[in-house]
Amino acid sequence: MGISPVLWQFLERWLNNSALFPREASTIAPYMDALYFFLLGMTVVGVALVATIITVFSLRYRRSVHPVATQIEGSTLLEATWTIIPLGIFLICFVWGALLYFRIYTPPVNSMNIYIVGKQWMWKAEHPGGQHEINALHVPTGQNIQLTMISQDVFHSFSIPDFRIKREVIPGRYSTVWFNATTPGEYHLFCTQYCGTNHSQMIGTITALSPADYKKWTEESTSGMSLAQNGERLFASMGCNACHSGNAAARGPSLAGVYGTTLQLTNGAQVLVNDAYLRDAILNPSQHVTAGYSPIMPTYQGQISEDGLIDLVEYLKNLQTNYRVHQTLTTSESDQAAPITPGVSQP
Amino acid sequence: MSESTILNLPDQSTARVPKRNFITAEDGLLSWLLTGDHKRIAMLYLISITFFFFIGGAFAGLIRLELLTPQPDLVASDTYNKFFTMHGVIMVFLFLVPSVPATLGNFLIPIMLGARDLAFPKINLLSWYLYVVGGVMVIATMVLGGVDTGWTFTTPLSTHYLNTHVITTALAIFVAGFSSIFTGLNFIVTIHRMRCPGMTWFRMPLFVWSNYAASILMVLGTPVLAISLTLVLLERVFGIGVFDPTKGGDPLLFQHLFWFYSHPAVYIMILPGMGVISEVVSTFSRKRVFGYTAVAFSSVAIALFGFFVWEHHMFIMGVSNYSALVFSLLTMLVAVPSAIKIFNWSFTLQKGSITFETPMLYAFGFMGLFTIGGLTGVFLGSLGMDIHLTETYFIVAHFHFVMVGGMLMAFLSGIHFWWPKITGRMYPEAISKLAAVVTFIGFNLTFLPQFILGYLGMPRRYHSYPPEFQILNVMSTAGATVLGIGYLMPIIYLAWSLKYGAVAGNNPWQATGLEWQIQSPPLTENFTEIPIMDHEAYDYDWLEHKTKQEVTTVG
Amino acid sequence: MADTIATTEPAAEHELHEHVFVPQHRHHFETEQQQREAGSFGMWLFLLTEIMFFGGMFFAYLLYRNWYYDAFVVGSNQLSLPLGTANTAVLITSGFFMALSVWAAEVRKRGLLVFLLVLTTLLGIVFLGIKYVEYKEKYELHHIPGEHFDVSEFVNPAAYGITNEKPLPPDMAQKVQLYFFLYFAMTGMHALHMIIGIGLLFWLIARARRGDFSAGYVAPIENFGLYWHFVDIVWLFLFPLLYLINRHPMK
Repeated sequence: MGISPVLWQFLERWLNNSALFPREASTIAPYMDALYFFLLGMTVVGVALVATIITVFSLRYRRSVHPVATQIEGSTLLEATWTIIPLGIFLICFVWGALLYFRIYTPPVNSMNIYIVGKQWMWKAEHPGGQHEINALHVPTGQNIQLTMISQDVFHSFSIPDFRIKREVIPGRYSTVWFNATTPGEYHLFCTQYCGTNHSQMIGTITALSPADYKKWTEESTSGMSLAQNGERLFASMGCNACHSGNAAARGPSLAGVYGTTLQLTNGAQVLVNDAYLRDAILNPSQHVTAGYSPIMPTYQGQISEDGLIDLVEYLKNLQTNYRVHQTLTTSESDQAAPITPGVSQP
Repeated sequence: MSESTILNLPDQSTARVPKRNFITAEDGLLSWLLTGDHKRIAMLYLISITFFFFIGGAFAGLIRLELLTPQPDLVASDTYNKFFTMHGVIMVFLFLVPSVPATLGNFLIPIMLGARDLAFPKINLLSWYLYVVGGVMVIATMVLGGVDTGWTFTTPLSTHYLNTHVITTALAIFVAGFSSIFTGLNFIVTIHRMRCPGMTWFRMPLFVWSNYAASILMVLGTPVLAISLTLVLLERVFGIGVFDPTKGGDPLLFQHLFWFYSHPAVYIMILPGMGVISEVVSTFSRKRVFGYTAVAFSSVAIALFGFFVWEHHMFIMGVSNYSALVFSLLTMLVAVPSAIKIFNWSFTLQKGSITFETPMLYAFGFMGLFTIGGLTGVFLGSLGMDIHLTETYFIVAHFHFVMVGGMLMAFLSGIHFWWPKITGRMYPEAISKLAAVVTFIGFNLTFLPQFILGYLGMPRRYHSYPPEFQILNVMSTAGATVLGIGYLMPIIYLAWSLKYGAVAGNNPWQATGLEWQIQSPPLTENFTEIPIMDHEAYDYDWLEHKTKQEVTTVG
Repeated sequence: MADTIATTEPAAEHELHEHVFVPQHRHHFETEQQQREAGSFGMWLFLLTEIMFFGGMFFAYLLYRNWYYDAFVVGSNQLSLPLGTANTAVLITSGFFMALSVWAAEVRKRGLLVFLLVLTTLLGIVFLGIKYVEYKEKYELHHIPGEHFDVSEFVNPAAYGITNEKPLPPDMAQKVQLYFFLYFAMTGMHALHMIIGIGLLFWLIARARRGDFSAGYVAPIENFGLYWHFVDIVWLFLFPLLYLINRHPMK
């Protein structure tokens, strides 16, 4: 035809690479899309209805064919109709949406947990095995994965459109979301809460791998210590083991196996020991004193980063006995006599 | 009188704009700057908000220009962030909030009620000065280098992580907020206390009802914005810790306080526009609005319910799931009165005698676009759907549909409808129709692609984006260009009409309503003697009876 | 429109057609009664906006007191109860004199009106003076939130010679800063409204001396009275919420 082949090639490539609809790459995506199409259908019907009414009346009663208007006060029946029917439809939207919301924001038990720390302007993903990723996240398909997220500075928002999940990442408290990826591939990760200069550069790639590939990836990726091992190191170096030594007469309660239990506090409250509780207890200990103990724990606010807190939380999650605690206690106490490498300044 | 228009102008060879009117009453700049006349104050507002509209619009143009390409290549990221912040701040606080109430409301409400002025003319003038001070402070912010918090001032970003002119902007909005409060206060007292004899609540035009509802929101909601901004200022200057988690504060507290105002704010913006649509649809169908009582009550219902839905801006922010349930349910409830209005206006057309002058075209545009915008709001009120759609371009598309496709069209409809009353001159019909159509096309081209972008997941406030989103962004920018032309045209032809437009006479639309029974432009005191309202609103039988008995006089 | 004052008659039946005008009548109102009612309604509405304004801070107070009760108790104990009580008495008395001024205006006693307004103003200034003394003490003790806020007194009261206060853990002691922020923000906002009120009082006194309010036109005095009483009521909420969190006079 008259179109230059160059232009045609350009258009073709442009159109083929353009997106119109996100991929469905998680178990929840079809549910989200179903609700979307219902809402879309409702909108199309609603707009078509209004447009039809307006068009038909405008044509039928235009001045040139209907010069005299008939004064009509109203009709209670019609008012009731167009109050109740929209209300009914909106309530369906409400119920359906609420069910979906609870589904997305209630992680299944025994989900694999990955920590996400957001900061201006990057995402840090921390796998329990110690793999750290920046602006990337490798996950296995077919597995429930829970993200426990926190921000180091301002509000961010963790969004994976192809999985249809998103949650705000807030400073000062954990927020969680879960998903189950269905298809291996690479998917967009966006920060969707405006967070300053490089908000639009705070993006990354979610790589979903088949379980076998994921296993290979975890083995191959640089592993330093796992999060729990790092947490153990912190537990000793910050002096936690001095009070939380696990002895009966210790100043602080034993922390072995405390995760997931219900604790009685000195103020009479019963609390569930979860990630948020552990983090809060480290930063605001005076409000989280176990019954039978004195409020003498110092606060670590300002002395430990969110990454450090995650390490400690992960450590405590996995702490089943006090054996290692005792070990580190003795080790750190005997550290006093260790020789100093000449020329190195002490931390 | 032609069959396809109800326009009834006096004989142009002999008609003159009345020599004595509120514009010619006094001469000199000071007589305008120190006036107590609500009509002059409305004019002052009209000039200022138009000025700020074009500044805000320029920022919009710059945003869309940058978004033509996926790369951040036009301006630096910080600059882009300032673009969308200033666009939002100016358009929300300096244009949309005062648009219909401060211009058309100020001008018309006393006349529609049969009063000589608003209850507190001096406070009305003070209101305008506060607006100007707020506006000047925003311009100062621009000149000094801008602010990049986003119009929502999210903490802790705005309190601790930015070094731009947050304080100046927050103070500017604080001052402009008081302008809004005083306008609302004035309207409420006037409507309660200054209706002429015989003007019962249910004989008032629906335009007054809408402004009354909006005024309640202005008076009760805006102070909470003031305190939110004050707390941000204190946190920024003194570091008191109210929103800082390391000091025991809660950043979510700011969100609650901010949105407690900012949600009612959107109803402040739309309700007066809905009032305009009631007037226009009824006039160009030659009949009373269908279901007057329903429309009146639905305005108040929107105002009332509007106070209880603010958390729907925070569904993914870690609020309790159960509170999210409550607010989602309430959000569905607040959608219903708007639906009622749309149907009532549609059915006003039934058995009417319809003509399609420019105000009616804008009104039709409103009805279609607001329906889309409002229904997409239901998407966002539905909890699960909101998870995927929030913070994306879907939100941007939604609120532009209701604010621009809705409110701005209603504003233009009102300006065209009452232009002959305000100025005594008619605007040129053919080109104004063209502008309305251009605006409608441009608008749809700009914002429909953004719904698709939103579902794809493109986040809002993004300077750069993945390349596969480009084609939709290019469409959107193309539409924005058309839309810009559509908005420039009225400036030109309305200005032209001031000198060359046809003389309008008292009632070119042959409408009911007290404002159409007095001269155009009105006298300073509005009425030579206070009318006595002895008929219902939109009483076309009364109008017919009256015009039969009237001798048409000249000038 | 008549510019002279017609003497009012108690015959209310003729009121509609008898235009009784004071010199301050504004011409967009049909009757003086309409003007008065509008003015009063406007002032009530304005006070409603003030309630919403203070409400934001009350909400923050509600939240943080619930979360950090211990810190709020300690913070509240740092305030001087005698001074706070004195201020409450001063303000209530000031309000009493204001109410009397409204009466004086209505019965057209010019001298008495001026005297009572002066008393109202004086007591208002006394209130602000006492507040200044309190603020100064807080400044010296490093209780003002921000850079110079010092928690050592709360963590280790014994070292400062304070015997009747339990020591707070350091993280709870940090939260006392939030209490003081609310103290300064709420009483400061209140004081700002008092300063504005006192400014208005000076203006009203000047006009009252000229006889503006003792000839039948009492609206400004009445409406200002509403404002002054509102400021009074806000203090009556602030006092127990800030000063009396954990006081036990019987112990």
